[in-house]
Amino acid sequence: MIKQFGIWLGSMWAAFAKEFNFVFIEDNRYQHIVKGFGNTLKITAGALVVGIIIGIIVAAIRSSYDKNKEAMAMHKGLSYYVFTVANAICKVYLTIFRGTPIVVQLLIFYFIIFANAKNGVPVAIFAFGINSGAYVAEIFRGGIMSIDGGQFEAGRSLGFNYLQTMRYIIIPQMFKAVLPTLCNEFIALLKETSVAGYVGIIDLTKAGNVIAGRTFSYYMPLIAVAIIYLVMVLILTSLVGKLERRLRKSER
Amino acid sequence: MSDNNVLIKVSGLKKHYNKSSVKALDGIDCEIKEGEVVVIIGPSGSGKSTFLRSLNLLEIPTEGSIVFDGIDITAPKANINKHRQKMGMVFQHFNLFPNMTILKNLTLAPMKLLGKSKEEAEKKARELLERVGLGDRADAYPGQLSGGQKQRVAIVRALCMEPEVMLFDEPTSALDPEMVGEVLDVMKQLASEGMTMVVVTHEMGFAREVGTRIVFMDGGVFVEENTPDEFFSNPQSPRAVDFLSKVL
Repeated sequence: MIKQFGIWLGSMWAAFAKEFNFVFIEDNRYQHIVKGFGNTLKITAGALVVGIIIGIIVAAIRSSYDKNKEAMAMHKGLSYYVFTVANAICKVYLTIFRGTPIVVQLLIFYFIIFANAKNGVPVAIFAFGINSGAYVAEIFRGGIMSIDGGQFEAGRSLGFNYLQTMRYIIIPQMFKAVLPTLCNEFIALLKETSVAGYVGIIDLTKAGNVIAGRTFSYYMPLIAVAIIYLVMVLILTSLVGKLERRLRKSER
Repeated sequence: MSDNNVLIKVSGLKKHYNKSSVKALDGIDCEIKEGEVVVIIGPSGSGKSTFLRSLNLLEIPTEGSIVFDGIDITAPKANINKHRQKMGMVFQHFNLFPNMTILKNLTLAPMKLLGKSKEEAEKKARELLERVGLGDRADAYPGQLSGGQKQRVAIVRALCMEPEVMLFDEPTSALDPEMVGEVLDVMKQLASEGMTMVVVTHEMGFAREVGTRIVFMDGGVFVEENTPDEFFSNPQSPRAVDFLSKVL
């Protein structure tokens, strides 16, 4: 019985090795996966940076407008009009980029706005970054609003101006509060980049698809791609978890 | 202490909400001199806190002016951040920064705003902490302190900026009764050192003992102003008589 099981296991392993060899090693087909993995990382990391920068700017404009509009309306200075216009622009941006599918946005960026682009990766970074920025902005704004107003007043009463109060007092606390939600957004972003293949980019998903198309063997490349995504998400989650624990030090 | 030096002069101060349907402050004139301890009392909703918070423009007045140190801080061009550095404020709910140690809470503003070195700021902070009896808690986080300890730290945080006046917004209202004393003791000590103070409080004992002047507010105006002895033994307005009969 045990011997039979051993033989069966051996033949399974041999079949697996043969299939693996055929799918990934022959013709150096694993290179597709390497290249796709690289592109997925590039797009995700680039979009992350673009998204955070846009997110901080939009959240800062929106929340400072909300907090200061009463004071600014009294003096009706230049800053009042600048902020009113900037706030309106931010709102339009949020509406458009949260209101339409990312695939459609990507197609519009690639085929209409950057129709002359030779390389799709920078366009994808731009498109995913702008899209992610809309979500990150609202996450940050929610974080800023969740900080007790007394913290803001304490900062101002010590003599910090608005931006210093934000930088030294509110943002560090906000960051801690939004970290889990932000991590969620990054995971979503990583997985969303799997539609990059729509505009001819060889990302991880597309790479799996290419191999499957050449070998007519679907399960191995696609399962491999799924496992790679999963491992990336697990690594990301554990890194954020570590950061979170470090930031929670003050709550013993 | 040099008296007769007017530190804050308030004229015609008004704060209206909702297109003047709510009048939190309705025309206040007053002068606060150096070394005075002005205690503001009155029923809730009378505008005490709004008045105090107007002094450093946490509330923006609808009308009127506030002259601090000879400068009109309500003027559009005034740099309010600079003036706030000289007006320490203590809040009902402490508002310590929960993500920083006590020492960091105390040194952040002096280092960033007064350009003090870390050593200088920490030396001053430790010295003041020692004086309020919290010398050993410098490395704790606010969450590890009791309410009374937090409020003493909050007072020290304001003092680290070396202010010319201290504003107290109901500093003992959020405390357990047994912790009120330790905070009031610190405030008494401050007053005895000649610090100019404006205090909104419900602690009548403190008002009587430490105040140099009592202001009774109601309906957004100063109803009555007097020395503590006069005010408590012989209140003039019916509203103040009624209030005192309820709280004493």
